[in-house]
Amino acid sequence: MVTNAASLGRSGVHDFILIRASAVILTCYTIFLVGFIAASSPLTYDVWHGLFSTLPMKVFTLLALVAILVHAWIGIWQVLTDYVKCVSLRGVLQFVFVVAAFSYMAAGIVIVWGV
Amino acid sequence: MEQSEQNVKKQRPVHLDLQTIRFPATAIASILHRVSGVIMLFAVGILIWLLSESLASAESFAGIQSLFDNFIVKFVVWGILTALGYHLVVGLRHLVMDTGRWEELDSGNASAKVAFVIAAALSIIAGIWVW
Repeated sequence: MVTNAASLGRSGVHDFILIRASAVILTCYTIFLVGFIAASSPLTYDVWHGLFSTLPMKVFTLLALVAILVHAWIGIWQVLTDYVKCVSLRGVLQFVFVVAAFSYMAAGIVIVWGV
Repeated sequence: MEQSEQNVKKQRPVHLDLQTIRFPATAIASILHRVSGVIMLFAVGILIWLLSESLASAESFAGIQSLFDNFIVKFVVWGILTALGYHLVVGLRHLVMDTGRWEELDSGNASAKVAFVIAAALSIIAGIWVW
């Protein structure tokens, strides 16, 4: 049996809901951003910079980065607990991926903060 | 020894001939969803770096734009878009399955194959877009 000490939610049901809630946010963000870039072709620096200087876009971006952290944490936990049977190796890998996802979020905050 | 325990420990025929084993579409959909998800974990790092450079200044934005002339850069971006599109489409299939639909053998296989076709179409569109 795999203990869920390294999972994000308090239970499997909690993880189930969190991964879907974050998926909805990421789907909306992906469709919006790909749509925006496709619609404003050729993309100029002014249009791009202008988009990220608005408060709603900053909030949307940070929301997406938090969603990536949640989604990646649960997703990588599911993958690692299925394929990596060595507990210490799994712990190290989980640590590395969660730290990476946290770093993405921190970098994203700094990036949109300054725009 | 319990009856159930005897059943577990009984010698059973093992079939592991990888030449003849064929995964059903649902299994392929599942493993590719995991693979594309792990790829995206690395891809987000690249995307955040691109966001940072593109927003830093007009010069660095132009620098990123000229990067896109490079074939390898185009290929990596196309790969990221393909993984993203596949993960998104199969993820949406998951949400439909949460409502109790597409859970039977036939409907599950059919929806997995439809998801492959949509993801392949998105990948082709992404390729046309990038090149």
